[in-house]
Amino acid sequence: MDYFSVLVVDDEEDFLETIVKRLKKRKVSAIGVKSGEEALEVIKEMPIDVVILDIKMPGGMDGIETLREIKKIQPICEVILLTGHGSMETSIEGMKLGAFDYLLKPVKLEELLPKLADAFEKKDTQDQKIRSAQIKKLFRYS
Amino acid sequence: MKTTVYARLHRRIITLALIVSFTPLFIVGATMYNKVARMYNNKVEEQIKYRARAQAEALDLFLKERTAILGAIADTHNFNDMLDEKRLLRIIDLMNLRAGAFVDLGVIDGSGRQQAYVGPYELKGKNYYEQPWFAEVMSKGVYVSDVYMGYRQLPHFIIAVRRNENQKSWILRATIDPDIFGDIVRSAQIGKTGDAYLVNKEGIYQTNPRFGGKILSKNNVDTTHFGSNATVIEHTNRQGQNLFYAGTWLKNKNWLLVISQGSFEELSDLTAIRNLEATIIIVGILAIVLTTFFISRLVIIRLQEADKKMGELNAQLVQSDKLAALGKMAAGVAHEINNPLAVILQKTGWMEDLLEEEAFQKSEELEEFRTSIKKIEEHVERARKVVHNMLGYARKMEPRMEDVDVNGTINQTLSLLENHARINNIEIKTTFQQELPIIASDQAQLQQVFLNIISNAIDAIGKNGRVEIETSSSDSIINVLISDNGPGLTEAQQKKVFDPFYTTKQTGKGTGLGLWVTYSIIEKLGGAVFLTSRIGKGSTFTVQIPNITPEKK
Repeated sequence: MDYFSVLVVDDEEDFLETIVKRLKKRKVSAIGVKSGEEALEVIKEMPIDVVILDIKMPGGMDGIETLREIKKIQPICEVILLTGHGSMETSIEGMKLGAFDYLLKPVKLEELLPKLADAFEKKDTQDQKIRSAQIKKLFRYS
Repeated sequence: MKTTVYARLHRRIITLALIVSFTPLFIVGATMYNKVARMYNNKVEEQIKYRARAQAEALDLFLKERTAILGAIADTHNFNDMLDEKRLLRIIDLMNLRAGAFVDLGVIDGSGRQQAYVGPYELKGKNYYEQPWFAEVMSKGVYVSDVYMGYRQLPHFIIAVRRNENQKSWILRATIDPDIFGDIVRSAQIGKTGDAYLVNKEGIYQTNPRFGGKILSKNNVDTTHFGSNATVIEHTNRQGQNLFYAGTWLKNKNWLLVISQGSFEELSDLTAIRNLEATIIIVGILAIVLTTFFISRLVIIRLQEADKKMGELNAQLVQSDKLAALGKMAAGVAHEINNPLAVILQKTGWMEDLLEEEAFQKSEELEEFRTSIKKIEEHVERARKVVHNMLGYARKMEPRMEDVDVNGTINQTLSLLENHARINNIEIKTTFQQELPIIASDQAQLQQVFLNIISNAIDAIGKNGRVEIETSSSDSIINVLISDNGPGLTEAQQKKVFDPFYTTKQTGKGTGLGLWVTYSIIEKLGGAVFLTSRIGKGSTFTVQIPNITPEKK
C-alpha cells in the first residue's frame, strides 16, 4: 500500500486514539481530531488524502457541515462517512455532497482498510490527472 | 357488563319514547271524546226535549179540541132535546166524524143522574153525584178527568162540560177512547227502547207505558223534577241502563208527558265514534310500540357497532403509538450502543495487533489471549446484529416502488421455506386469487414480511400441521391471509405480538423482532397488518397492502 495520509474525525476519544494507533501501525499516516472545527484546521494546514468522518457528533459542526467545508478547502480530498443506522438519510445526503462511501458503525478495521485504499486510489488518480493536465498545459505554452 | 349498559340505554329510550308519544295521544283522545260526547249529549237532550214539547202540544190540542166540541154541543142544545137518545146518537156520530175518539156521550142532570146515554155500556140511570169529578165539573164548568175505572171497570177518562139553562145546570159528559189517546201518546216512542207515556201529579200512569208498568199503576218517576217547560233528566234505571227522561206538563190538564230514551241507543253514533277512536288509538299505540322497539334496537345495534369500531380503532391507534415510541427509543438505544461497540472493536483490534509483536509471540498464554479476543469480537458482532435487526430492516431504506406480483412474491418466499416445512411435516396450501393486480410496492420488503409471518406460523405449529395462504383483492387493497392451525395466542399475547423483543420462542431461538419489523415495513408501505387468534384453533395474520396501480413506463 502506498503511503498516504488519513484524518480521522470522531468525538469518541477512545475510538479515535485506538484507530489512529492501528492505522499508524499499518504505515498509514493518521491524525485524529475530535471535532469538525479541528478537522478544518488540519485540512487547511496540510494535504490530507482521505478523511474518515463520523456523521453524528454532538455540539459544534455536524458531519455534513464539516464535509461541505472540507470539499470547499480541498475538493479532491476523499471522505468516508461513519454512520449509525438511524442516520441513513444523512449518509445519502453526504454521498450526494461528494463523500466517497459510507460505513456502518461499529466498523472493523479489516473492512475499513480496503475502503481507504479505494478512496486513496481514486484521489491519487485524480491527482495524477491534474498533474498530467498541468504538464500538458505547460507544454502547450512552452 | 357492557350489554347491561346497552340494555339500560335501550330501556330508557323506549320508556321515554313511549311516554312522549302516548301522553299526547291519550290527552287528545280523551279531550276529543269528551268534547264530542258533550256535544252529542246536548244534541240528544235538545232532540228529546223538542219531541216532548211537540208531543205535549199535540195532546193539548187534542184535549182542547174535544173539550171545545163538547162545549159547543152543550151550548147549542137544550137539556130536553138532549134526552132524546136518537138525537144524542146522531150528535156523537157527528162528533166522531169531525174529531173522533169519543166512546160514549151522556147527559147528566143537576142531581148527578145520567138521564140519557149513548155508548157501548149500560150506564143510563147511574148516579154520579158521589163521584169526585161531578163536584168539580159543577163548580168549574169544564173538567177533564184522570184515568179511572168507573162503573164499567175499564180504565178511561172523561171530559165533562156544564151548561146553565134556566137556573138549572146539566152536564154533557163524553168518554175518550183510551186506545186512540194512548196511540197519540205512544207515537212519541222511538227506537227499541224509547218510551212515551202520561202520568198524573201522583205519578199514576195515564196511558200504557211500553215498559215497566200498566195504566193506573204507580210510576217511579218523581214528577216534581219536571217544570212547566220541557225538562230533561238523566237517570239510571234498575236494569242499570242510563236513560234520558224528557217531561212536559200539559197546559190543559195536570198530566205529565214523559218521553224516555236509552242513552246507549240514542248515543250509538257516539259509541261508534268512541270505538273508532279507540281503534285508531290502539292501532297508533301498536305502531308506536313497534316502531319504537324497532328503531331503538336499530339505534342500539348501530351504537354497539360504532363503539366496537371505535374500540378497534383505538386499539390500533394505541398499538401504532406504542410501536412508534418503541421505535424511537430503540433507535436511540441503538446509537448509544453502537458507539461503545465501535470502541470495543477497535480496542480488541489493537490488542490483536499487539499480539503480533515479538514480545507476545513468546508468551505461553498467547492462544488464550487470541481466543478471548475472538470471543469478545464474536459477542460484539452478536450485539451489533441485534442492533442491526432492530433498526435494520425497517430503517435501512425507504421503500423502493416497483411492479410487484403478490402471488409470485409469496411463491418465491415459499420456495425458501419449503424444506423447513417438509421436514416438520407441515402442509402449505395456497388459495390465490387469479389475476391479482400487479401493484406498485417494494418486493424485497414484502418478501421479508411474508417470510417473517410464514416462518412464524411454521414455528408456532412445530410439527404436523397446515398453513393456509389466501390472497384476494378489492379496489383499494390486496388482502393476504396467512392462517396456521397451531396452538393460538392468548389475548394478552396478541396485544404484544408486534412489540419488539417480544417472543414466545425459547430464549436464544428468536429475537422477537420479526413481527415488529413486519409491522414497520407494512406501515411504511401504507398498509396494515393484524392478527386474530384463538387458543387451540390457531392464528390468522391479515396483511393488507395498498392496491396502487404502477405508473405506466
